[in-house]
Amino acid sequence: MSLISSLKIFSPSSLNTTQNALSVVSSRANSWWSHVEMGPPDPILGVTEAFKRDTNPKKMNLGVGAYRDDNGKPFILPAVKMAEAEIAKKNMDKEYSPISGSPEFCKATINLALGEDNEWTKNGLNATVQGISGTGSLRIGTAFLSAFFPGGKDLYMPTPTWGNHVPLAKHAGLGVKQYRYYDPKTCGFDFHGALQDIAKIPERSMILLHACAHNPTGVDPKPEQWAEMSKVIKEKKLFPFFDMAYQGFASGDIDKDAAPVRMFLKDGHQIALSQSYAKNMGLYGERAGAFSLICSSKEEAAATMSQLKIIIRPMYSNPPVTGARIATEILTNPSLRSQWLKDVKGMADRIISMRQLLRSNLAKEGSSRDWAHITDQIGMFCFTGMTPPQVEKLTKDFSVYLTKDGRISVAGITSKNVEYLAHAIHQVTK
Amino acid sequence: KFASVESAPPIEVFALNKAYVEDTFPQKVNLGVGAYRTDEGKPWVLPVVRHMEQKLAADETLNKEYLPVLGYEPLASAATRMLLGSDSASLKEGRATGIQCLSGTGALRVGAEFLAHIGKHSIVYSSNPTWGNHSLVFLNAGFTSYRSYRYWDAAKKALDFDGLMEDLRNAPENSVIILHACAHNPTGVDPTQDQWRQIADLIEERQLFPFFDSAYQGFASGDLDRDAWAVRYFDSRGFEMVCAQSFAKNFGLYNERVGNLTFVAKDRSVIEPVRSQITLLVRANYSNPPNHGARIVGTVLNDPVLTEQWKSHIKTMADRIISMRLGLRERLEKLETPGTWNHITDQIGMFSFTGLGPLAVDKLIADHHIYLLKGGRINMCGLNTGNIDYVAKCIHEVVTTTQE
Repeated sequence: MSLISSLKIFSPSSLNTTQNALSVVSSRANSWWSHVEMGPPDPILGVTEAFKRDTNPKKMNLGVGAYRDDNGKPFILPAVKMAEAEIAKKNMDKEYSPISGSPEFCKATINLALGEDNEWTKNGLNATVQGISGTGSLRIGTAFLSAFFPGGKDLYMPTPTWGNHVPLAKHAGLGVKQYRYYDPKTCGFDFHGALQDIAKIPERSMILLHACAHNPTGVDPKPEQWAEMSKVIKEKKLFPFFDMAYQGFASGDIDKDAAPVRMFLKDGHQIALSQSYAKNMGLYGERAGAFSLICSSKEEAAATMSQLKIIIRPMYSNPPVTGARIATEILTNPSLRSQWLKDVKGMADRIISMRQLLRSNLAKEGSSRDWAHITDQIGMFCFTGMTPPQVEKLTKDFSVYLTKDGRISVAGITSKNVEYLAHAIHQVTK
Repeated sequence: KFASVESAPPIEVFALNKAYVEDTFPQKVNLGVGAYRTDEGKPWVLPVVRHMEQKLAADETLNKEYLPVLGYEPLASAATRMLLGSDSASLKEGRATGIQCLSGTGALRVGAEFLAHIGKHSIVYSSNPTWGNHSLVFLNAGFTSYRSYRYWDAAKKALDFDGLMEDLRNAPENSVIILHACAHNPTGVDPTQDQWRQIADLIEERQLFPFFDSAYQGFASGDLDRDAWAVRYFDSRGFEMVCAQSFAKNFGLYNERVGNLTFVAKDRSVIEPVRSQITLLVRANYSNPPNHGARIVGTVLNDPVLTEQWKSHIKTMADRIISMRLGLRERLEKLETPGTWNHITDQIGMFSFTGLGPLAVDKLIADHHIYLLKGGRINMCGLNTGNIDYVAKCIHEVVTTTQE
């Protein structure tokens, strides 16, 4: 009390601040949490926030990786709408899912990846569990490998890789190491660099592979390059962990996109596989995905399955059904399945045509740079090759928002804004 | 590669359910898994939920885009308000925040990871007995020591309050204490208000951290405010605390995984940093939570008319359970089954710790096809007017013929 009255005499203007500061200090001092620092801002979210604040009518958001239609709007797949109508008719209950998700969902999902008649699921060699979309499936997989992988506990990842791969793997208790992947000189695949680095990986280590539509570069190995990698990985006794988040969404062809996974199995590898329905079924917020291990025997698969459940239960007990039910309905209902194949091809085709339009418009603008990588790359993302200063200029002068690494989400391009984008890119790169 | 992976032991409650499903005995009774059943023994999708699903399906403005990492804000804020009450000082002062999580388990896990990784807590206590998954959640989240405080007095079939207080008094500073907000799982025994006051005093004195697990708000007594009394009392005392909330039971949304983690701080300035750190944890675990269930609960809780409808459903469920408690006790006392049976109506919520020993439990399962957990826990929802006579008769039979 006397302290405050003396403050009143000496500096009335600072009284309020000091009084507030005092109460803040005392409650912070009693708080368990005063030491908690702000976490780093999410780079992608930051892009979207800045985009929202921009008042330029021509602004473009090429940050977030979610599909948009040619009007720049989110797209609910017709197959999904139809599936929801079918499901509503069934008046299903809300009882707990099994810990591993519905067996029907798991079977349909692994068969999507490996082919309907594949010998691995036929022989019961897969342990497949539903996961919280791709992230959750990776999380289950990394937790399992952290506890049970008999070799080295480092997971080797391509440079660059999806931003969340690193913290996720570390959180699961794995070490993270790199192998060369993207060649900034060609904006393409550094095949020789990758092979060299893979050959140097200690035997019995784990290697993470993007099955198709590499995130963030859009650069995928060619089939013959995959074959070489499979050979080296087998020779070095490495364990392949495939992350397949874009099956169907990359080329429009579900078998083509899953080819590397199927090739590796044919080559005799035992693999781990994470799948997501976020993009290829547009089920983003419903969090449908799966994690699988392909084992060498039924007994191994059963034992593995029981351990996967032990990992899931203390995370969230059992998975959310809505997205999984939609995916199951689509995959197991022949007319919905063929509708879905059309829908996913439609999305892939639109992305491919935007790539083509961007490239041809850049040529029309008179750009003398080689933009072949725009159409060579595949999937949601394109590593343009623009430098950070160029990216900054693109954003500042043209209100085009993208991440500092020059990555654009092709899904954010439409037939109405592709010319503007080409013009803007040309201006900052000429 | 994984030839050395051993098969994990089956999880009791699921193994029990499996056994029940495979049993062909026509009068079998499932008193195992914790989900509500109607008097016809069927699952119940709440009418307000069905209504919401139709409404959501018809709403052309909705899409399936990712939710924010910390969830659907209308759900999180409404859930926190439902828990703390709109009179809460911490809520009014901006010191309380909500984070959507994967039902109760997910909220426990996110809270536990935060406390372990950021708060640097390493010791956690829960009641003996407690929900089987508590220890696994916390140990997997990064806690290094899981301990128990006494809770169930088997002889008195009541709360071992002195044991509880002694064990908490001996807990090291900074220990996290899991408290069941109401309808204790598995015993159904809750502390009285006076006992809660003493627990709060002790937790404050010993510098322990309270972590409430609220899976049954509304479902226990039929009254949302009444079931939140303990949490609100701690809040009014100015505690920093977290509370894991589940909408599995009170909304019947078991498989949609709707939950909320309420975080109460002494100072509003820590809220943003805490949320940003939790964002990193969630991102590394599952990126963002599921949409469907969140929209159902979030919409209902923010709509007064729908909220009233929902409250009536909760009352329906709570009342049916209470009537089954009365019915079972009445029958056992009428049969003059040895022992005292008032604990069945003294206890609250979905579960009852019957006091039946392992041999009696084995007999109930093997001889009478009545499925319950080894520790004697029964799910009151498994009882209905169609089977309550049979169950009472069989309990009587095993109690009178078993020497534990």
